Amino acid sequence: MKIKKVLLLGSGALKIGQAGEFDYSGSQALKALKEEKIETILINPNIATVQTTEGMADKIYFVPVNSFFVEKIIEKEKPEGILLAFGGQTALNCGVELFKKGILKKHNVKVLGTPVKAIMETEDRELFNKKLAEINVSVPKSIACNNKKEALNALKKIGFPVIVRAAYALGGQGSGKANSEKQFNEIIDKVFAHSPQVLVEEYLGGWKEIEYEVMRDSQDNCITVCNMENFDPMGIHTGESIVIAPSQTLTNEEYHSLREASIKIIRHLGIVGECNVQYALDPKSHDFKVIEVNARLSRSSALASKATGYPLAFIATKLALGKSLIDLPNSVTKKTTACFEPALDYCVLKIPRWDLQKFKKVSKSLGSEMKSVGEVMSIGRTFEEALQKALRMLDIGVPGLTWHRIKSLNSLEKELKQPTDKRIFAIEKAMRKGMDFEKIHKLSGINQWFLHKMKKIVDFEKVLLKTSIKKISKEQMLKAKQLGFSDEQISLNLKCSEKKVRKKRKKFKVIPVVKQIDTLAAEYPAQTNYLYLTYSENNDDISFNKKNHVIVLGSGPYRIGSSVEFDWCGVNAIKTLQKLGFYASMINFNPETVSTDYDECDRLYFEELSFERVLDIYEKENPFGLILSTGGQIPNNIAMKCREYGINVLGTSPESIDNAENRNKFSALCDSLGIDQPEWAELKATKDALKFAEKAGYPVLVRPSYVLSGAAMNVAFNEKELKQFLNEAVEISRDYPVIISKFIIGAKEIEIDAVANNGDLVLWAISEHVENAGVHSGDATLVLPAQRTYIETMRRVKQIATQLAKALNITGPFNVQMIAKRNEVKVIECNLRSSRSFPFVSKVFGQNFIEYAIKAITNHKFKKPEKSSLELDYVGVKAPQFSFSRLKGADPILSVEMASTGEVACLGKDLDDALLKSLISAGFKLPQKNGNVLISISGDETRYDFLDEIILLQKMGFKLFATESTHEFLTEQGIKSKLIFKAHEEKQPNVSNYLSDGRLELAIVLSDHLSKKELKDEYLIRRKAVDFGVPLITNLQLAQTIVSALNNRSLEDLEIMPWDHYLKNKG
Amino acid sequence: MPELLRASLVLENGFSFDGYSFGYDKPVNGEVVFNTGMVGYPQTLTDPSYKEQILCLTYPLIGNYGVPGKKTKNGLIEHFESEKIQIKALLVSDYSFEYNHYDSVKSLQQWLKEEKIPAITGINTRELTQVLREKGVMLGKIVINGKGKNQKLSDPNKKNLVEKVSSDKVQEFGSGSKTIAVVDCGAKNNIIRSLIQRNVKVLRIPWNYDLFEKNESFDALFFSNGPGDPTLVKKTIDLAKKSMESNYPTLGICLGNQILALAAGAKTYKLKYGHRSQNQPCVLKGTKTCYITSQNHGFAVDSKSLPKNWNEWFYNANDNSNEGIKHKTKPFMSVQFHPEAMPGPFDANSLFDLMLKEVKK
Repeated sequence: MKIKKVLLLGSGALKIGQAGEFDYSGSQALKALKEEKIETILINPNIATVQTTEGMADKIYFVPVNSFFVEKIIEKEKPEGILLAFGGQTALNCGVELFKKGILKKHNVKVLGTPVKAIMETEDRELFNKKLAEINVSVPKSIACNNKKEALNALKKIGFPVIVRAAYALGGQGSGKANSEKQFNEIIDKVFAHSPQVLVEEYLGGWKEIEYEVMRDSQDNCITVCNMENFDPMGIHTGESIVIAPSQTLTNEEYHSLREASIKIIRHLGIVGECNVQYALDPKSHDFKVIEVNARLSRSSALASKATGYPLAFIATKLALGKSLIDLPNSVTKKTTACFEPALDYCVLKIPRWDLQKFKKVSKSLGSEMKSVGEVMSIGRTFEEALQKALRMLDIGVPGLTWHRIKSLNSLEKELKQPTDKRIFAIEKAMRKGMDFEKIHKLSGINQWFLHKMKKIVDFEKVLLKTSIKKISKEQMLKAKQLGFSDEQISLNLKCSEKKVRKKRKKFKVIPVVKQIDTLAAEYPAQTNYLYLTYSENNDDISFNKKNHVIVLGSGPYRIGSSVEFDWCGVNAIKTLQKLGFYASMINFNPETVSTDYDECDRLYFEELSFERVLDIYEKENPFGLILSTGGQIPNNIAMKCREYGINVLGTSPESIDNAENRNKFSALCDSLGIDQPEWAELKATKDALKFAEKAGYPVLVRPSYVLSGAAMNVAFNEKELKQFLNEAVEISRDYPVIISKFIIGAKEIEIDAVANNGDLVLWAISEHVENAGVHSGDATLVLPAQRTYIETMRRVKQIATQLAKALNITGPFNVQMIAKRNEVKVIECNLRSSRSFPFVSKVFGQNFIEYAIKAITNHKFKKPEKSSLELDYVGVKAPQFSFSRLKGADPILSVEMASTGEVACLGKDLDDALLKSLISAGFKLPQKNGNVLISISGDETRYDFLDEIILLQKMGFKLFATESTHEFLTEQGIKSKLIFKAHEEKQPNVSNYLSDGRLELAIVLSDHLSKKELKDEYLIRRKAVDFGVPLITNLQLAQTIVSALNNRSLEDLEIMPWDHYLKNKG
Repeated sequence: MPELLRASLVLENGFSFDGYSFGYDKPVNGEVVFNTGMVGYPQTLTDPSYKEQILCLTYPLIGNYGVPGKKTKNGLIEHFESEKIQIKALLVSDYSFEYNHYDSVKSLQQWLKEEKIPAITGINTRELTQVLREKGVMLGKIVINGKGKNQKLSDPNKKNLVEKVSSDKVQEFGSGSKTIAVVDCGAKNNIIRSLIQRNVKVLRIPWNYDLFEKNESFDALFFSNGPGDPTLVKKTIDLAKKSMESNYPTLGICLGNQILALAAGAKTYKLKYGHRSQNQPCVLKGTKTCYITSQNHGFAVDSKSLPKNWNEWFYNANDNSNEGIKHKTKPFMSVQFHPEAMPGPFDANSLFDLMLKEVKK
C-alpha cells in the first residue's frame, strides 16, 4: 500500500533529557515526507518549535502527546502511517501505549520504520539483555526487578557498587549509584515512583564510554554514521559528559569491533531507520559491554548529524518509507550516495550547558542522571581549538579554558573525583597548580590523552605570560590561535587590550580560514554551505562577497530562559530574508537547533557568537548587514561593540538598544515620556542599598544589570535577606552595579510583544500572566488575548509601547513587561529584540511577528495587519514545563528566578479549555473527581483568598486532606477535611507516605511569602510530590484558575482541533 | 616538546606545504596520496600497497594511541599488516606527541624514527588533499631543514613495485584439507589471517613463483593486493592466466582484481586520485546490497573492457568504478576492495566464505 498520509508525534515541551534535538529531527522528518508528497499531521503542544511553523506540516495539533488525544486525532484524520522515532521518549512511549491498547490496529495505522516490537525490546531491559545474548554481545550484569524485594535480591547477586536505573525513562531519570544499603533503598523507592520496573546493574565506573549512530534500511544495508567518545568516563551520564567525535583514543580494532557489534545489534533487533548504541569499553582490555540502545532519533543523533553533516533524521524518514540507502543521495556532495560513512577531517566537541545555580537546594554533583539543560558544539582542527571554542560558547563568561575566574565549589581533589559542572575548570586549576598529572588522571578517571591536550593549553600560557604585545612573535600568535586562545585570553596574558591583540594579529596575517564540513574529508568536491573557522590551514574553502548578504545571529546554547523559541525566531528570520531575495546566513553553534541545519540557510557558520568571531566572519563576508534582534540576549550584548567597529546592524540602532538595556538611560527616557516605573536605584555599595530599601520599603527586588532569565534576581523581605542577596548578585557580575527596585505585591503582570517600523507600532500582542507579579515571566502561565485585564489597562499598555517605539525609534521586534495594579501601569523591562513569547503570540494570532519584523528591518514595504486580525474568539494559554523531578533536591517553587526548562501552549475555545490542555501537555495529570487532594496553606490571608476554591473542590467531590493549621482553618469554616500530619511529625496519616504511595492525586501547597526561606516542612511536601509524580500547585492565582477550570471541564470535554480550525474562525 | 626541524613537502607542480619534521630526518620523494580513514595508522602504514608513496592522512589528530608492541600469532605479526612501515613518508596536520593506550609500547614518532621514515606535522592536509583531488596524485619530495630541495623525482609507477614488497620464499600458514596458494604481491597479513581462520592451509608464494612448473599441490590461487601499476607484473598475470586455463579456483583482492582482469583480457587504468579510505560503498551488482569497505588503490579495472564471459561483480556507489569481477560460469572472482579490512570495517568479511565455498566445492 502506498502511504499517503502520515501522523508524526512530536516531543512536547523541552525538559531536561529531552530538548530541542527533537524539533530538529521532527522538522527533518516533515521535510522528507513533503519531498515524497505525503500529507502530514503533526501533534506537538510545543508552540515555540520550528516544526509547528505554518507550512511545515499539513495539519498541526497543539494538544498533549498521549494516547487519549492521539487516538481522537487518528479517528478524525485517518492516517495510514505513524512515525514514532522523531519525538523522543515521549513519542516512543505514546506509540508503545497506542500499540498495546490496540489503537493502531483498530484504526489500521501502520508503524513506519522500526517496528514496535523492536522498540519494546530495546526499552524493556530483560527482553533487551535476552536479545543481545542471542548474538553473543555482552551487557553489564543487570537484573530487572518489578518490586523492592526483587531489587534487594538482585543487589545480593551483583554486589556493591551497583547502579539503579528506571526502565522506560528518558535520560536516566531517578537513577543513581549506590554504595550502601541505605542509598540503595532511597534510590529504588524513587525510581519505582516513575517506572514500573527498576534495573539493578553492575557498575562500570572508569570505563570508556563510546556511542555509535547506526542506520539500517529495509534491504538490510547498515552504516554507522558517527562514533563518539566521552571525555568523562562511565559513571557520568552521556548527556552530562563532554563528548568528542570521532573517538580519539580507540585503535582500529576497538573502533571497528564496536562498529561491527553495532551493526549486528541493529540487524538483530530489526530496526529500520536509526538507532544509537552506547558502549562501555574497558580501558585495559578489549572487553566491552552494551549499555543501551535507543531505537529512535536522540540527542546523540542530532549531535552526530551536526558533527558529520549527515542528515540522520531526514534519511531515517526515507528509510522508514522503504527507501534504500543506496538510492538516496549524499545531501552534502550531491554527487555521491547516502550509503557511506562520513570521514571527518576535523574534530567536534560537545559540552553540556548547566544552569544549576538557578535551582534552589539542588545537588551540584554530576552522575548517572542528567541535569544539563542544553549543550554547545564546536568544530576545530585541533582538540585544543575545539575545547576552548566550546567553553566560550557556553556563555558562562569564560574567555577559554584559562582566565575563567571560576571558583570551584569543593576542594580541587574532591572536585576532580566527584565532579560538578565546574570540573573542567578544576582540572585546569590543578594543572596550573602543578598537581601530579597521574594524580589528576587517577582522581578524575579521564583518559590521559585528553588531559595531555589540556595541559598543552595550560603550558602554552606560560609562554604567553613571558612575552608582551610588543615582543610576541608571529609564530607564537599563530600557535596560540591554533590552541584555541581567544583574543581576550591572549590580551589577559599579555596585559593589553583585546583590540591591540586583534590589531597585532591582523598585522601578522594570523587570520582564521573558513572550512567546509563536506562528509568526505575533501575526497569529493562538495557544494556545501556548512562552515566553520580554524587557524590550522591557510586557504578558505569558499569565496565571499555575495550580493545582498545578511547574516543572522543565532541564540547559542539552550539554557534557562533561552531556548527553542529563539531558534524559531532565527529560522523565521532566515526564511523571510530568503523570500525577500536576500542571501541569508546564520551563525550559531547549538547542535539541538533547526537553525544549525545547513538546509535552512544559504550559509551556516557553525561558530562562536563572540564578538571576535562575528567580526572575523563579517570581515571575510563583507555582508550588507547583521541582524541581532532575533537571537535573544547573546547577540544583543555585542550591539555596542558592533557600532564601535562600524558593523552595519540592521533594524533598531545599537544606541537605542543601549538606551533600553542601560537602566539609567532607560529610566531617564521613561521619566521624560511620563511612563511610570517601580521606584529603583542603581547601587554599588551595600549600605546605599540598605538605605534605599529602608526608604522605599520592603520587599525589594534585587538584580544585576543585563539580566536575561533572572540570574541572581531575588526579592528581599527584610534587611537580613537583602544583605545576603546582595552578596550573590555582586559576585555574579562585578562589572555591573546592582539594581534594587521596589517590589509591588498583588500586581498583575502584562507583556506586550510587538513589531515597530521606524518608530511606528505595526503589530502587537498583549498577554497577561495568570500568576501575580513575582513569578518570573518565563515560569508564568500566559493567556492571550488577556482575559481579565481591564480595557483601560490594555489601552495604557499599548500606549506605553507606542511611546517607547517612537522614542527609541524601534525598527524590528521588541517586548515590554509591565505590572498593573488598579489601572496603574508600570514598566519593569523593555527588550529591543524578539522575546521568548514571539512564537506563541505569532501562532495564536496566525500572524508571523518575525516576518513583519524582518520586512521592517530590511526596509521592505508591507501592509500593516488589519486591527480585526488581532481580535480572537479563542484563547491561547502558554504553560511552563518544569524539570524538577530530574533535579534531585531542588525546591519546586516559583519565584523571580526562572526555573522552567520549556513550555507548551494550546489553543481552546475558552480559558478553561486551553489551560487544561496546556497543563496536561506539561505533564499535569487531571485528578479523578472523587480523588484525594492535599491542601496545605500558610498564612490566613492566602487561606481566605483560596476559600471559595476549596469549597468548590469539595462540591466537585474531591476528598480534602489538610495539614494541621489548614485543617483547623477549614474546620472553623465548616469544611470537612481529613487531618494529615507533616513528615517530621511521624504520625499517621502522614503526608509523606500518602505522597509516596500515590494516595494523593493533587497537592496544593501555597505559601504567603515569596522569599527563598521556606519552611522546611513545606519544602519536603513539595519535593516529595515532585519525586513521586503527584501534580503540585504552589501559586495561589494558578490554583484558583485551575480549580475553576476543573469545575467547568472534564477531559472528555476538551476540544481537539487543528491549528487552522482556530485561525479560520478568527473573530 | 623537543625542538623540531622545519620540513616541507614540495609537489612536482611546485606547490609547497610547510610543517615540522617529527619522524626520521631524511629527505625522500615519492607519489603523494591521501587516505581519509580516521583510525588505524599502524595498519595503514604497514600496508605494502603504499610502497613508494608519501601518505597524507586527512584526519588531523594522529598518534593518539601510540603503537602496539610486536607479537606474533600463527607466524604473523599482530596489529600490523607487514613487518615494517611501507610508506615513504607521512604527512599529518596535528601529531600528538603524547599517546595513551594499554596495548602500546611506543609513540608513533619513535616507531617512525626506528624505521627511518620521515614525517611532517603541521601540514595543511585539507588543502593538500584538495590539490591532489583537483590535479590528480602527483610526485613530491620531503625537504627537511632545507635539505633535499634538489632531489630528482622518480615515478614509482614506472617500476615494478611488487617485486620490492613480495616475499622471496614460499611460506606456509595454518592447516586444513584445502590449500590456497596466495600470490604475494605485497599481501596484507590480514588476508592470510582471514584465510587460515577459515581452516585452510595457506601457501604464500613470491609474485613470480610458477606453481605449475614447481609441481606444488594446491586447490586454489589467490592474488593479493599490492602496489603500483598492475600491467607491470606480467609474470603474475601469466600465472593467473595459467590458473584459469587449468580451471583452478582463481581469486583476488585489490591488485589481484586488476591482475585477474588483465589475465582475462580486460584493461586497467589509473584513477585520478585513487580510493584510499574506509568508507567506500560497494554495491553487489543487480541487487540493493551495499558493503562499506576499506580501500587502497590507485589503479582500477575498466569494466567496459571485460570479455563477455565475465561480469562486473561489484561497483562503487560513489563513482561507479569497478569493485569486483566474476566469471559467468567458472570459479574465478575478485574484488577491488579489502574484505580483510585492517584498517577499516569488517562488513565484507563474508566474501572470504563466499570465495572459499568455490574452493571447497
